[in-house]
Amino acid sequence: MTATMTGRPPSRRARADGPVATRRRPHDRRRSNVLTLGMMALLAYFLSPLFWLAVASTKTTEDLFSTFGLWFGDDFALFSNVRATFAHNGGEYARWMANTFLYAGVSSVGAASLATFAGYGFARYTFRGRGPMLGLILGTIMVPTTALAIPTYLLFSKVGLVNTPWAIILPSLVSPFGVFLMWVYARDAVSDSVLEAARIDGAGELAIFFRVTLRSLVPGFVTVLLFTLVATWNNYFLPLIMLNDPAYYPITVGLSSWSAQAVGGNGSNAELLAFVVTGSLLSVIPLIAAFVLLQRYWQSGLSAGAVKE
Amino acid sequence: MITRTAASSRLGGRRSHPGNHAYIFVAPFLACFVVLFLLPLGYAGYLSLFKDQLVGGTVFVGLDNYLRAVQDPQLLDGLRRVLLFFLIQVPLMLLVALGLALALDSGLLRLPKLIRLSAFIPYAVPSVVATLMWGYLYGPDFGPLTQLGDRLGFTAPDLLGDAWMLASLGNIVTWEFAGYNMIILYAALRTVPSERYEAAAVDGAGPWRIAWHIKIPALRPALLLCLIFSVIGSFQLFAEPNLIQRLAPTVINSSYTPNVYAHSLAFVSQQVNYAAAVSFLLGFVILAVSYAVLFVSSRNRRR
Repeated sequence: MTATMTGRPPSRRARADGPVATRRRPHDRRRSNVLTLGMMALLAYFLSPLFWLAVASTKTTEDLFSTFGLWFGDDFALFSNVRATFAHNGGEYARWMANTFLYAGVSSVGAASLATFAGYGFARYTFRGRGPMLGLILGTIMVPTTALAIPTYLLFSKVGLVNTPWAIILPSLVSPFGVFLMWVYARDAVSDSVLEAARIDGAGELAIFFRVTLRSLVPGFVTVLLFTLVATWNNYFLPLIMLNDPAYYPITVGLSSWSAQAVGGNGSNAELLAFVVTGSLLSVIPLIAAFVLLQRYWQSGLSAGAVKE
Repeated sequence: MITRTAASSRLGGRRSHPGNHAYIFVAPFLACFVVLFLLPLGYAGYLSLFKDQLVGGTVFVGLDNYLRAVQDPQLLDGLRRVLLFFLIQVPLMLLVALGLALALDSGLLRLPKLIRLSAFIPYAVPSVVATLMWGYLYGPDFGPLTQLGDRLGFTAPDLLGDAWMLASLGNIVTWEFAGYNMIILYAALRTVPSERYEAAAVDGAGPWRIAWHIKIPALRPALLLCLIFSVIGSFQLFAEPNLIQRLAPTVINSSYTPNVYAHSLAFVSQQVNYAAAVSFLLGFVILAVSYAVLFVSSRNRRR
């Protein structure tokens, strides 16, 4: 992957979305209705399952089975569904939600911080063993996380970490791809002359990092943060094998255990289906909100990593 | 200590000089990397060389587990299945992503921001939720597709049946990741210098020619990145088949994909050593396919 690397001046990365796009090609000002319609059809594909989920969350269990899936039922039961979902089985859904926030929050901030430090260190300093270390880290981007999960489980069970929050948080702290992204980013985003000037002023290396360069690394940091956030929030395999106490479950494993009961059981468990649906809807909202709110940052962070791979 | 070396760099003056400080920055990651990444990998390699026997306990068997794995019909079936999945699903998904990215970058779309965000949103949906949703939509009893078929008088195909299962799983994965790949490609397109478009437009090239002759070649590295991630994703497919298994227990068996197999080896049949060998082997297959993709693409480029 490193072989195709091309050095580009940082100014190109800085080009943001928006006005530039329309300014740069005046002949493109006209909009195409045909193209827009085609894309709308694609959008229907991307959004219809979520539309189904939103609609289904408003239905009572009976309506879920008896009314047409892609339209509302007779009763609007969203709020009673939400209340019942949170109340079910001693409020375990709220617990799973809190667990997910904890695991994803700590992991993503930790992973993004480690990656930012390391990426900066690799990009801005030359030191003994840098090349081989970097090569090793980049090589492990291709190691599948699930191939790693089983040995990690075996190792953690030896030291008693299985079935604790650490079993989820610790493995999520290491993001080789995050280091790669920050390494690429830090090479461009920080200018040598600024660093030299700070050194001549007698600032220490850590002080330079925190006071001078950190600010310009923020888009890269947010990008890595969001991607590790998604990875931990959505992680299923690792918590599935690491945890057996429902009190520690994240939402993904919790929902799948509910859904197993709803599918596998008889009529008495059918009400769980409504909780699975409502719980799914609620679990989707925080990440979508994070992406919408942080759009500006991760898009500029990604455009650095995407090109110079 | 930090200030002292910083002061000496004032005399030395090169950025290569304060090299020792680099360790302050890279050491925390490296420590975690060694303990949480290399150590488990090494441990898996170690475990895979042993065998748990009823008589005599754990004994060293060398590469026996690997020899067994490469002849294991269940593992080979799973590998064939994910290879087929990769060969069909990934090109389709990347075409959708490429089409979206080019359409967005052309500036011809109305509501580009809405379209970009909407296509990306499925990536933020956990694969567990995505699979639960699609599983319901596929459902032969109450799924909207079946309902629609009943109303309009046609029989919807059994999407959870044997014939359609791989396609149904492919659809879930495409839905989840097309928008993610689109964002990577779109971000790469944004960095193509606009002078190239201007020059081409002056030469009379329309949007299609610009897309074909300038944009797609410029997207090579980004497409390659998407492709490598797709190799990793396809070959380690787990959550989707694992969850659909409940809806179609006769179609998806315990070795449907290599990862489903490794999981059931380790946690259902308690064959830890063999499971370690299988997941190690899977890692090698992914590395090999990834490097093959890189090799082929770099050779094509040279030509």
